[in-house]
Amino acid sequence: MPGLAAPVDRYSVVIAIGGVSIRVHTADSDFLAILQRRYAGFLGGDPQAEFDFDVELGIPPFSTPLPEVSVTHRAGRWFMEREDFRAEWDPAARRGSIQQSANPYSIDAFLRIVHTLVLAKLGGFLLHSASAVRNGKAFLFAGESGAGKTTISRLAPPDVTLLTDEMSYIRQRDDAYVAFGTPFTGELVQAGENTSAPVAALYLLHQGPENRIERLAIAEAGRGLLANILFFAEDPELVHSMFRAGCDFVGRVPVYKLTFMPDARVWEMIQ
Amino acid sequence: MSKKLYIARSRRIAARKLGEEMLIMAAHGSTLFTLNPTATILWQAADGATPLDELVERRICTEFQVEFEDAMRDAEALAEDLARHGILLLSDEPITNAGLALQETR
Repeated sequence: MPGLAAPVDRYSVVIAIGGVSIRVHTADSDFLAILQRRYAGFLGGDPQAEFDFDVELGIPPFSTPLPEVSVTHRAGRWFMEREDFRAEWDPAARRGSIQQSANPYSIDAFLRIVHTLVLAKLGGFLLHSASAVRNGKAFLFAGESGAGKTTISRLAPPDVTLLTDEMSYIRQRDDAYVAFGTPFTGELVQAGENTSAPVAALYLLHQGPENRIERLAIAEAGRGLLANILFFAEDPELVHSMFRAGCDFVGRVPVYKLTFMPDARVWEMIQ
Repeated sequence: MSKKLYIARSRRIAARKLGEEMLIMAAHGSTLFTLNPTATILWQAADGATPLDELVERRICTEFQVEFEDAMRDAEALAEDLARHGILLLSDEPITNAGLALQETR
């Protein structure tokens, strides 16, 4: 008698960002190809991925679509929702699942959230900033949308390696901070290089009539940094960790206000 | 005679003094607040056990050389404002230590 159900092929891919590897499982080969294109340069073959997520393709069954991201913690599990996906994650079991349609944007948002939660435990954070490596040192360029992250990335000279034009990945290592390349893109729509370097400076971007750098006092630096950290979870313990990481960062890394004109001469000041 | 008012730091916030500014982040929405020097003194002294009028008399009036009535009126308004943002807890009875947040000391 023939079997009543045919076995479903499962595919998986490991996406390694900032030294944190996440394996994504899907039954859809077309979606696998989407992931492989989206995260090319960040695909790892590590069989010991730190977390496993199953993607269930389809329209998420929402009773009330949420235009904003909701990230909540209940009974040891994280629940994440936006109008285009629903996910849950059990960190202790190192496993979770996401329901979404076959598009690269939902899982990209989901991965950003997961990394914010992982980094908060590690003393790091995701920062709304471009970042780049020059002479073995990483420089961060933070600001809201329109501040100039993509512009300064486009203006980078050939000796600069772009880590991201949109979302920087910062981890603490001993008494220093290291910036990693990410596949999280902004208007440049170009993944960063999968490399890393110690952070030498953070610049808060302002476009203006001249190129000028001013060192900020620690309180202003702290406000500027914390305002640009990507974070969603309304969890007191993690908020505390993220806040501590931001305050520690500005105690160790110089923070400047960078006023710049949109031409390449600004990079003469970034060494 | 009006009731005593007690204030305590909420546990659902993170705080650190950077330079001369007290930065506070609320767990709700990761909202960031900066306290001015007067608010910082009150927030640091908010132990849940000392009535607000004593804090004002001991800490604000002496530090800033202001009249008690004026300082108390401002302090009550400030305390209510901080409570609305979830930064302080307010009560007409002493608040136990279980409600207190730790301020980072770096």
